[in-house]
Amino acid sequence: MSGLMQRATPDRQPAIRASALVRRFGDNDAVAGVDLEVQAGEIYGFLGPNGAGKSTMVRMLTTLLTPTSGTAQVAGHDVATDADRVRLRIGVALQEAALDGKQTGRELLDLQGRLYGLSRTERLRRVKELLELVSIGDAIDRRINTYSGGMKRRLDLAAALVHQPEVLFLDEPTTGLDPTSRAAVWAEVRYLNEHLGITIFLTTQYLEEADALADRVGIIALGKLVAEGTPTDLKRAIGSDVIVAKVTAGQAAGVVAVVERLAEVDRVEIAGDEVVMSVDRGAAAISPVAVALAEAGVTVEGLTLRTPTLDDVFLHITGGRLQEDAA
Amino acid sequence: MSTVTHGERVHPRAAGFFTDWRTVSLRALRLTWRDPEAFGPALAIPLFFFVVNIGALQKFVEGSGSFPPGFDYKAFQLPVAVIFAVTGVSRAGSLVIDIQDGYLDRLLLTPVRRGTLLLGLMTADFVLIVCLVLPVLTLGLILGIHVATGIVGIVMFVLFAGVWGLAFTGFPYAIALRTGNPTAVNNAFLLFFPFAFLTTAYLPEQAMTGWLATAVKFNPTTYLLSGMRSMLQTGWEWGEIGKGLLAIAGVGALSFSMAFAALRGRVNRS
Repeated sequence: MSGLMQRATPDRQPAIRASALVRRFGDNDAVAGVDLEVQAGEIYGFLGPNGAGKSTMVRMLTTLLTPTSGTAQVAGHDVATDADRVRLRIGVALQEAALDGKQTGRELLDLQGRLYGLSRTERLRRVKELLELVSIGDAIDRRINTYSGGMKRRLDLAAALVHQPEVLFLDEPTTGLDPTSRAAVWAEVRYLNEHLGITIFLTTQYLEEADALADRVGIIALGKLVAEGTPTDLKRAIGSDVIVAKVTAGQAAGVVAVVERLAEVDRVEIAGDEVVMSVDRGAAAISPVAVALAEAGVTVEGLTLRTPTLDDVFLHITGGRLQEDAA
Repeated sequence: MSTVTHGERVHPRAAGFFTDWRTVSLRALRLTWRDPEAFGPALAIPLFFFVVNIGALQKFVEGSGSFPPGFDYKAFQLPVAVIFAVTGVSRAGSLVIDIQDGYLDRLLLTPVRRGTLLLGLMTADFVLIVCLVLPVLTLGLILGIHVATGIVGIVMFVLFAGVWGLAFTGFPYAIALRTGNPTAVNNAFLLFFPFAFLTTAYLPEQAMTGWLATAVKFNPTTYLLSGMRSMLQTGWEWGEIGKGLLAIAGVGALSFSMAFAALRGRVNRS
């Protein structure tokens, strides 16, 4: 990435490092031993379905929750033993915009600045800069409970940026937003990373979001990091193409029995009413697949050729679809 | 999105205890002013009881022959109205909203001194409590109550009520922080009843008998009322005032311990 104002963390350590991080609630391991490293200046997408442990991970890395075991450093400081130093270096926008509806946007940003020890001059300047960044306009002097959902999210992001953090945590920043607002948030995330050099740890349940924004993606399921890499590498690992056969109820096993014998098919997986085949050269493989199914008398509702998605990666690793859980 | 020029770096740092306290207090005061429902009923109810109680009982009590000549039932009732106005006043309801809306988390993500999150709210409570005492006291003076300790006594009377109201705030904050539940906080007013009614609210202690007399003896409000009444009716009776202050200190120590323990539990991150 091209960081015009990139600020390295001390001694060029990773911006985020977690080692065997565990968080237990009663008998349930919400996070069950996660190791990860995020380099300074990177956008790291943390992808997983609802309840996979994404938010718990964020709450530990942002000092809101103490790990049950394991260690984590953010911006070079330990989240458990040096929480105040971590807090000075991170910005956080949690899943729900964490705002006070009875204050105006300007009052809220000013209060944030005061709590970070900024002088009056610094606060005035930052509010002005952030107003340009998040495009709230004159509404900044209105009470927050009059804002739309998109405006609240943008103000929440501004509140997270008042003190110019080195590392920004965004917990599902676009969940519940309409496509226009989602596109605006994506543009802001790219801007913050490319122009201000902020390291971004972004959790999401939207595949296309991780695909579009993240330099690297970590996939979490049942509290464990099950895959990690660039979106391209992760997708390449399951083949260059995917053929999807849409089947009626009870037909999937019959399709699998036919296609798994074909030399062109590397791997077959069932996901609900779909049979997903990983192949090397899709254009060459689709005809043999169609012919084999026809000869075996197996009826399919549709046969689609496409490139792999992160959802296919998730299916391959966990045996389930991520997209089914996503809103 | 527009292209933004981000100028010089800012230098975030822990702002310090007093800056944090001031910042949180100013926000709480601003929101108190924007929350008229927080002080409207708190003022209307004691004024109502003050007027009704005097109308219903003044002639009966003063004419009963059980009290010395010149006994002023209005002055006897004024501290009760003040206590009704200030006991249980707090911003615990808005603290619950902060918890539910995630705004408390937003504050906890900053290096703010955790204790100031509660002290700031209590500071706003104290200011509101004093503001609630003034109209009740003014009504009493308009109705002809003579303050035996003069202007200094009036100031002392207001501070006494303010400190009592402040001492009581710890209970609703403890409930708010432990439960994060608005219904539980709303029900905290039930705590007010034994404090306000198992005491000398309507009749002097010597008129009480049986279990009620025992309950009155153990109720700190009895000593609070006694201290406040002495300032209005008899002058600087330091024994009575001292007992009142001890009662406030006892209630405050208990309620603040509970509130700050609940705050520690809430921010302990476990």
